[in-house]
Amino acid sequence: MANNKFSSGLMLSLRQLRRSPLMIVVHLSVLFLVILWTFPTAGLLISSFRDKDQLAVSGWWQSLSSSEQNIIGRTSAPDQQVLLDGKYVLSGTIEGFALQDTILRFGWTSKQPEAYQVNTIASMKNAGTLTVSSDGQYTMTSLVPFTGSRGKRVFYTQLTSPKFTLDNYVEVLNSEGIGQSFINSLTVTIPATIIPILIAAFAAYALSWMRLPGRGLLIALVVGLLVVPLQMSLIPLLQLYNTIGSYFGVSAKTYFGIWLAHTGFGLPLAIYLLRNYIAGLPKEIIESARVDGANDFEIFVKIILPLSFPALASFAIFQFLWVWNDLLVATVFLGNGEHELVLTGRLRELLGSRGGNWEILTASAFVSIAVPLTVFFTLQRYLVRGLLSGSVK
Amino acid sequence: MVSSTGLTLKNIKKSYGKTDVLHGIDLEIALGEFIVFVGPSGCGKSTLLRMIAGLEEITSGDLFIEGAHVNDLPAAMRGIAMVFQSYALYPHMTVYDNMAFAMRIAKEDKATIDQRVNSAAEMLQLTDYLYRLPKALSGGQRQRVAIGRAIVRNPKVFLFDEPLSNLDASLRVQTRIEIANLKETMKQTTMIYVTHDQVEAMTLADRIVVLSAGNIEQVGTPLELYSKPANLFVAQFIGSPAMNIFTVKVLQTGKVTRIKTQNKNVFDIPISSAAQIKEQTITIGVRPEDFCLADKESCMLSGEIVFIESLGEVTLLHLNSSESTDPLVVKLPGIINKQKGEMICLKTELDKTHLFDEQGISLLYQV
Repeated sequence: MANNKFSSGLMLSLRQLRRSPLMIVVHLSVLFLVILWTFPTAGLLISSFRDKDQLAVSGWWQSLSSSEQNIIGRTSAPDQQVLLDGKYVLSGTIEGFALQDTILRFGWTSKQPEAYQVNTIASMKNAGTLTVSSDGQYTMTSLVPFTGSRGKRVFYTQLTSPKFTLDNYVEVLNSEGIGQSFINSLTVTIPATIIPILIAAFAAYALSWMRLPGRGLLIALVVGLLVVPLQMSLIPLLQLYNTIGSYFGVSAKTYFGIWLAHTGFGLPLAIYLLRNYIAGLPKEIIESARVDGANDFEIFVKIILPLSFPALASFAIFQFLWVWNDLLVATVFLGNGEHELVLTGRLRELLGSRGGNWEILTASAFVSIAVPLTVFFTLQRYLVRGLLSGSVK
Repeated sequence: MVSSTGLTLKNIKKSYGKTDVLHGIDLEIALGEFIVFVGPSGCGKSTLLRMIAGLEEITSGDLFIEGAHVNDLPAAMRGIAMVFQSYALYPHMTVYDNMAFAMRIAKEDKATIDQRVNSAAEMLQLTDYLYRLPKALSGGQRQRVAIGRAIVRNPKVFLFDEPLSNLDASLRVQTRIEIANLKETMKQTTMIYVTHDQVEAMTLADRIVVLSAGNIEQVGTPLELYSKPANLFVAQFIGSPAMNIFTVKVLQTGKVTRIKTQNKNVFDIPISSAAQIKEQTITIGVRPEDFCLADKESCMLSGEIVFIESLGEVTLLHLNSSESTDPLVVKLPGIINKQKGEMICLKTELDKTHLFDEQGISLLYQV
């Protein structure tokens, strides 16, 4: 949306632009905002797909150019040696070498890993030699037989072509517990989004279209609750949960508890938003349905709900994002176990324990971004105007 | 008995808090009759209709539909269907679903629904649009869908709340004819139609109910209201331009009423009057179209032309006359060759005048 606005803004003729300097300011601000959030997101996305070794040495903006890397490879095992002209020879491709890379320099001791250019002959002890070509082919000779069970070490510097991989995701989803936390987060978020919508939609209908005593007071109460900070209620609520939990002999920190907590925290805004929308629906439609024989429940289900999609969707986005990104309520009302730790909590832990492993942090961060983005782009098509057109003049 | 009356209203009152909106409406509506409620805005005609529909509570009084007391019956159970001024279509449903909605709520079987929707659609020429959404229809089509939605329910009473006021002029005439046809095809259905447009009222109604400030002023056929208005309000409300009013003094009562105008002209009007209004100041009304031009000898009234509206078929002359404080309007057929500022003479047939006593009640209705 913002992008469209901007590109159409670019197409404005210069004369039009000159006419309203405010428009230029608006467009520049939009551009600035778009850049502000697009760049870090793109960086995060690109980084999360890069090879972890490349990620360590260069930034995401260099991800498409090749980089130099020092690597330790091995020759094939000594039992592959052949006797040629009185020399023992090992040859082949260095183990672990990727064919698309290019070797620049090599060496045979850890002290001097880049001592020789490719295709030159390095002399080793016992009158041995080592030659490595840029495509990873090596020849190692010695007057005495090679011993041991493993191949000899070869140090080389290679020019690595850009490498993109899903390994980071595979790793965080499986071994870093992000996968489990992802499921935990969904377990918290989906019910915590649906339950308040259900309650709020009913409440909003009743508060707009049903005659009940004290309706105005109830609405005022809901609006009043909008400004109460949720931090205020954390401790009393937890105490209540503890009391109830100990009475029934269950833990105070359960999924059910956090659903209810999020429902409570989300309800004032939900009722307020939905009531404003539903109260604005044309009275005649509802009266017409009433004349047609529909009772309140049928009116709600068949008329109000389909017409309230924009409001429902916008609240669903709000609530989903808020619950998904929430750390505070989850920390207070949900435990720290493997099956309870939500994504935000897991990310916080990873920052502590794996703070240097960018490939893990970027992939994890992107896993947690992906869901809100999906939710937004799926639901935003319901944020349409003109849903009521054609009904009343 | 059940078959003869469509609707009975007995002393129906409506008040919002302490404000009385309707002050006791009594009305008998025959089965299959087309009744039009007219009145200026704010007179309570829409409120009355909504009370019949069950959308507004009846504060006191009794409402019977085909003999059954329905005061406390919800709208859906009264056997009524209503067409709203703003169409009130369900915007997310196709034309078909809009029309089928009520029957689906009533759990009718599919074949019945299909048959009734299709026949209504055919009657209203909507067959080609059945699977469109309301937003893809024109204003006239939307109004026809609203009517169709009411037809399919086979109502006992059909209520229209200013159904034409959202349409443009040509569509309004066309839809008015459609409603008139509907009235012919649905002879057993009582129809109540609210409007502030007297042309709609005159052309559609079997009987018109004129309302003013929460009271019924007169009930009668369109021509009755036009030729024998019961009081000044009806006289001035029905007919366009409105009736001209003169304040006169009664000189003599009896079979013929002798009056004296402001200019001391004396006329004998062939309308009988009771003796007690002698010497009283009363009102006489003459419709603009009942005047005609006169020569000096037959001149009853003279005035100066202040404004001319030439409509081709008729010409409206606005006059200032010493007989009346308000400007007079005269409607003359054809094109009249007169200038602004000119003095003209007028006459009327005295038996076409209307006499109203001090309270504004027509003398015809005082026997």
